[in-house]
Amino acid sequence: MSFELRASLRARNFDMSLSLADGETVAILGPNGAGKSTLLGVIAGLLRPDSGSARIAGRQLFNLDAGTHQWDAPHLRGTALLAQEALLFPHLSVVDNVAFGPRSAGASKAAARETAQRWLAEVDASSLADRKPAQLSRGQAQRVAVARALAAEPELLLLDEPMAALDIHAAPLLRRVLKRVLKDRKAIIVTHDVLDAYMLADRVVVVENGRMVEEGPTRQVLERPRSHFAAGLAGLNLVTGTLGREGITTPDGRVFAGQHDPGWSPVPGQAGVAAFPPSSVSVFLGDVHGSPRNSYAVTITDLEPHGDQVRVRASAGSDGALSADITPAASADLGLAPGMEVRFVVKSALVSVYPA
Amino acid sequence: MTPDSAHRKESMKTTTGYHGVPRWIYAVAAAGGLLVVLPLAAMLLRVNWPQFVPLITSESSLAALGLSLRTSAASTVLCIVLGVPLALVLARGEFPGQKLLRSFVLLPLVLPPVVGGIALLYTFGRQGLLGKSLEMAGVQIAFSTTAVVLAQTFVALPFLVVSLEGALRSAGNRYEAVAATLGAKPTTVLRRVTLPLVLPGLASGAVLSFARSLGEFGATLTFAGSLEGVTRTLPLEIYLQRETDADSAVALSLVLVAVAVAVVGLSYGGRRRAAAAVQA
Repeated sequence: MSFELRASLRARNFDMSLSLADGETVAILGPNGAGKSTLLGVIAGLLRPDSGSARIAGRQLFNLDAGTHQWDAPHLRGTALLAQEALLFPHLSVVDNVAFGPRSAGASKAAARETAQRWLAEVDASSLADRKPAQLSRGQAQRVAVARALAAEPELLLLDEPMAALDIHAAPLLRRVLKRVLKDRKAIIVTHDVLDAYMLADRVVVVENGRMVEEGPTRQVLERPRSHFAAGLAGLNLVTGTLGREGITTPDGRVFAGQHDPGWSPVPGQAGVAAFPPSSVSVFLGDVHGSPRNSYAVTITDLEPHGDQVRVRASAGSDGALSADITPAASADLGLAPGMEVRFVVKSALVSVYPA
Repeated sequence: MTPDSAHRKESMKTTTGYHGVPRWIYAVAAAGGLLVVLPLAAMLLRVNWPQFVPLITSESSLAALGLSLRTSAASTVLCIVLGVPLALVLARGEFPGQKLLRSFVLLPLVLPPVVGGIALLYTFGRQGLLGKSLEMAGVQIAFSTTAVVLAQTFVALPFLVVSLEGALRSAGNRYEAVAATLGAKPTTVLRRVTLPLVLPGLASGAVLSFARSLGEFGATLTFAGSLEGVTRTLPLEIYLQRETDADSAVALSLVLVAVAVAVVGLSYGGRRRAAAAVQA
C-alpha cells in the first residue's frame, strides 16, 4: 500500500482509516458535514487529529499514537490541495501561479516557468499564461489551479469538490482534463456528483457521520449500494433487513421479495438489502385487493418533475424514504398531493437482493 | 468572480437611483465637514503671502522641516519593521495574553502624547529603566534625534498595527493554506503570498504612521526636548514661532498641511491605481 491513514478527531466526531494503492484514484462520497473535508484537512496537515498516523510511500506524515507527537507541517507532505474555489494568488500572473510550487521547491525562475508552461499545456490553458487571475472565468481559473497543483509534483493530490463552483458548461471540460491527468496518479477526490465518481475514480468510499460506511469499486458500489447515501446517488430505493429464502425480512417483520444473484444462496439471518429503481414502483390509492407482497403504506412528502416522469417521494415510517416514478397522467388521475396516504407496490422481478 | 459579474456589480452600483440617505443627514454632514474645512480656510486667510517664501525658507524653518521629514521617514520604517510582526501574531497567532497584548499596543491611540513622553523618559532617560545600562554602554538616547524617532514610533505604531491587522483578518488564510500544500515554507508563504495580499493595508497603515509621526508634538517635547536641528521638529518650531512671529507660524502650518495632503493624496491615488491594475 502506498498511502495509509488512520485518524480520529473527537471534536468533529471523525474516525476513519483509508488506504490507496499506487496510481489509484478514490472518490469520497457523503452528505454535507459527513467529514469529507476534515479527511482532506488531516491528510494535508491543515487539521491536527487527536490520534492516528499516516504514511505515504513509506514516509511518515504524522504519528500521534502512543505518546509520539510526530507531525509534519503541510509544506513537507507533498499533498497538494485543490479546493472548490481555485484560490489563484491574485497578485501573480497565471504562469507565476503555476510556477509557485516548483519555485518553492527551489527551482530557478526560468526553470519553474518552463515547468509551468508544460503543465498549462497539459490542462489546455497555455493561452492564459500571461493573464491575471481576475481576468479568468471560473472554469479557466480552476483548470489553472489543477495545473498549479500538479506542477508541485505532489505524491498525493487532494481534490475538494473541484467542480462544485462551476457552471454546467465549464464542468465537463474540467472533468475531461481531470480524467486525463488523474490517470495513474494517486488522488483523493471529494465529490457530490456520481458522474465524477464514475469518470474519475477507481474506487468509491462512502462516509457518513465521520465514519466510512461503504467502499468498493465504483461500479459495484453504485450498482449494488449498501448505504442509503450511495443508493440515493445511484437513484435507487434501498430497504434493509435480514436475508431469507425469497428476499429480505424488514425489521418490522414484512417480507420483501426479490431476485438473488444467480449461483448464490443466502445464509439465513445474514443482514441484507433490497434495492430497486423508482420506475419499478406503482402507486395505488387506498387498500389494494388481497395482501400483495412488496407493498408499503406510505405518506407522500413531495412530488417533483423527473425527466418526463413525476417522482413521488414518500415516507415509509421506520424504513425511511422511498420514491416512485409515474407518468404525469397517472399522477393527475390519482390526484396525488403531499400528505396523502397511498400504497407503493414494487414488482419483485425488479428488486435486487444482496448481503449488506 | 468573473470579470463579467464584476462589471455587472459595478454598473448596478451606479444605475440604482435609490441610496436611502435622509436629506437632513446631509445638513449634519455639512456641519461636520465645515468643522474641518473652516479652520483651515481661516488659517489660509491669515497667511502673509508676500513674505511666504522667505518665511518658510528661513534657516530654522528648513532645519525643522528637514528634521521632521527625516525622523518621520525613520519612524515609519521602524513602525513597519516592528508593526508587521505584531499585526501578524495578533491576527494569525494563538497564544495566551493575546487580547492583553492587543490592548497595550493600541494604548498610545488614546493616551495623551505627553504621558507617552514621560513613560519613554523613565525608560530611556538617564535615570530610566534601560537608560542607566545604556548610559554605561556610552549610549544616550533622551534629548537626541533618536529620541524623536522613538517618540514618533511610540505614537504611530498602533496606526500601522490596526490597519494591517484588519487587512490580514479580512484576507483570511485560505491562500496561505494552499501555498503551504504546494510546498512553500512559512517564510516563503509570508513573503510571496501574505504580504503581497495585504500590501494595500500595509501601505495605508504606513501612510497613517508617517502622517501621525509628522504631527507628533507632546511626546517629542517631553522626551526629546526642543534643540534646533536635533530635536526641534516642525510642530515644535510652529509652537515656538507662534509666541514671537505669528506670520511664520501660519506659513509653516500651511507647509505641514500641504505635506499631509500630498502624502494622503499620493497614497490614496496609488492604491486606486493598484486596485485598478488588479481589476483590469
